[in-house]
Amino acid sequence: MSTIAIHNPAASHHDDHSHAHHKETFLTKYVFSQDHKMIAKQFLITGIIMGVIAMGISILFRIQLAYPDESFPLLEVLLGKFAPEGRLDSNFYLSLVTIHGTIMVFFVLTAGLSGTFSNLLIPLQLGARDMASPFMNMLSYWFFFTASVIMLSTFFIETQPAGAGWTIYPPLSALPQAMPGSGLGMTMWLISMVLFVASSLMGGINYVSTVLNMRTKGMDLWKMPLTIWAFFLTAIVGILSFPVLVAAVVLLIFDRSFGTSFYLSDIVIQGQVLPNEGGSPVLWQHLFWFLGHPEVYIVLMPALGITSEVIATNSRKPIFGYHAMVYSLIGITVLSFIVWGHHMFVTGMNPFLGGVFMITTLIIAVPSAVKTFNYLATLWRGNIRFTPAMLFAIGLVSFFISGGLTGIFLGNAALDINLHDTYFVVAHFHLVMGSAAIFGMLSGIYHWFPKMFGRMMNAKLGYLHFWLTFISAYLVFFPMHFMGLDGVPRRYYAFTEFESMAEWLSVNKFITWAAILGAVAQAAFLYNFFYSIFFGKKATQNPWESTTLEWTTPVEHLHGNWPGEIPTVYRWPYDYSKPGHETDFIMQTTPHSQTMSSNLAHDFEGNEEAERIQSKWDTEHNNINNTEEVK
Amino acid sequence: MQSMNNEVDRYNLQPKKFIMWLFMISSIIFFAGLTSGFIVYSGDGAGKSLNVPLPKAFIYSTVIIIISSFTLHWSYLQTKRLKFEGQKLGLWITLVLGLVFIGMQIYGWAVWTDLGIFFINSNASISFVYVFTLTHILHIIAGLIIILTALASSYKKLPNVTNLFRMEIASIFWHFVDILWIYLYVFLLLSQ
Repeated sequence: MSTIAIHNPAASHHDDHSHAHHKETFLTKYVFSQDHKMIAKQFLITGIIMGVIAMGISILFRIQLAYPDESFPLLEVLLGKFAPEGRLDSNFYLSLVTIHGTIMVFFVLTAGLSGTFSNLLIPLQLGARDMASPFMNMLSYWFFFTASVIMLSTFFIETQPAGAGWTIYPPLSALPQAMPGSGLGMTMWLISMVLFVASSLMGGINYVSTVLNMRTKGMDLWKMPLTIWAFFLTAIVGILSFPVLVAAVVLLIFDRSFGTSFYLSDIVIQGQVLPNEGGSPVLWQHLFWFLGHPEVYIVLMPALGITSEVIATNSRKPIFGYHAMVYSLIGITVLSFIVWGHHMFVTGMNPFLGGVFMITTLIIAVPSAVKTFNYLATLWRGNIRFTPAMLFAIGLVSFFISGGLTGIFLGNAALDINLHDTYFVVAHFHLVMGSAAIFGMLSGIYHWFPKMFGRMMNAKLGYLHFWLTFISAYLVFFPMHFMGLDGVPRRYYAFTEFESMAEWLSVNKFITWAAILGAVAQAAFLYNFFYSIFFGKKATQNPWESTTLEWTTPVEHLHGNWPGEIPTVYRWPYDYSKPGHETDFIMQTTPHSQTMSSNLAHDFEGNEEAERIQSKWDTEHNNINNTEEVK
Repeated sequence: MQSMNNEVDRYNLQPKKFIMWLFMISSIIFFAGLTSGFIVYSGDGAGKSLNVPLPKAFIYSTVIIIISSFTLHWSYLQTKRLKFEGQKLGLWITLVLGLVFIGMQIYGWAVWTDLGIFFINSNASISFVYVFTLTHILHIIAGLIIILTALASSYKKLPNVTNLFRMEIASIFWHFVDILWIYLYVFLLLSQ
């Protein structure tokens, strides 16, 4: 009787879905899909394509930096008038830098990372059939796709893509006549970003609503995997910061196209005085960085969450300090909103205010260090399995440390006056945000590939990919610290023409070749990724022997995720190598009544009846260790 | 079986209502961004503050939108009591009041431009007022679209759960844009 009662709702649910399957066409299954797993794959593949493009762009401008005097006829064939006589045009160089930054920060590491893994893992790890609003989820992807197309199409217009840097500071970005990169390309950049923000908001709102409302039975907040905590807090940061960017962009559009003076004042172009008066370009910086700094954590936090999960699973140990990990994420979330001023130390900011921002900035080192030490403590004496995902996760920890340390330099107002806008900043954020986040993303791809595509990626190619990428990333970004300390400014087309900086040309060549090595290494990944989708080794249901809910779903995807009832959760997600249990992992769905030999007192959360049953069992089975702990 | 379906429906509606709340939070942040931009700008020195009186039309529009909140709430109560004629009447009145509100705001702009207080202004505080009202009108239009969907469902033979749910969504959002306008208006009055 009771079995029927339990299975009935599941059966009716299943009927609903098989009914829906009749109507499924190619268009609704692969293109306008509302299934979170398919949307995750769409985000991932679009993100990878955008990443490859942005990487190619970086190689282009690295070639210019290394060989400012040489001509590459091939460039003229490829880029036409943007590379006259085989040398990059100096304005086009600025566009390349801008688009590289925009695509990497927003399209790859925000949409590609959050969009993929939040969509894939939130329903699967929480035990939900889909997102709160699958339709809005689909819209979110298509807004993102449209934004991507508009952003890339600026390469095909008469003038050139936006060129004012990814932070598009006015007045450069506000005056179409200022330079070629401020014309139509900038307008399209703004349109693309408004669509992108709409996409991010729809995604983020969906993630938060799903996490708070659609967890399965037994999955209270403190039983959620750290990935979910990270995605959840990332989505909150996005909801609270992206609208401010829209507000800033709306004002910028009015300045550009309608003639208002929010950001413009006292400007003379080619002897002609502009009518705009009274505006403040610093206002833009306040509004932009109120988004811009949280954005850094939107990029990084999902990567940290993925790393927590991958490191715990592959160390076969519970994550060290689960609660501390959550509280440090919350701490980073809160602090991320009160540090934006550290990007503006040189805007003539009141030194007292600068001091306040300096203190809040340096406090972020505390939760970040908590996370780092917890990663290391999880690895310590673990039974480590060096899967490719694990290597990339450890790589993230390495970049997080080496890049984070320079953050302490830059956060100091006094030091920043020297280091502002030098290659030291470039080195810092490429290590701590760029490399760390991309390693987190790659780690996630290697780890959850079997869940996404039902097949395994080749591990040997994964190792090759990891080592080449890891080494080349350090070879590229580490020398930049020294350039920055010497005062080499970022975004310059040919700074080695300055006599005092000419000596850096050899270093530039070295960095460029290291970057080319890193780019070539991605071929190993791309081949591995696309080959394995079709021809990889078939995956088992739980290839990494992990404890979380997504590995209880069948390998073959189905709408609604679980064929029967959604499983119930009984324990936290990190029961690895629990003493007294026969295997070294216990699924979240295993009740304590089935693991009597390994239960500990705190597992029962003060439930006296359960403790009594446990101690009775312990005396009967002579389970001495646990008996003492229960008492 | 029927009760089970309702159970599933109830389960699906709660997260969707939550989505509306989250959307409103992001809207609040948007206007917080704009108004703090205003504060930073107008605090920058003399000649940058809001030095002209707001159009009188804004008082009337404030009264209108407050009334429209009451009419919508009345319509919601009628729906709850299954009096669908009252629901339709209330929604229509709210819709008309919303349109009148937009008209009043635009009339306010016309009054200002007649006085020579233009959107394109070397005192951006005044441009800010135009931006506040314009972006708020966009929210009003979104609210009107939601009211139209509620109106459409009141004419269809839908289960009352769906009908009431759409009414709830419409009410939540409409009261929100109402309060949002009051916030903006009081904010502008205080910074004159």
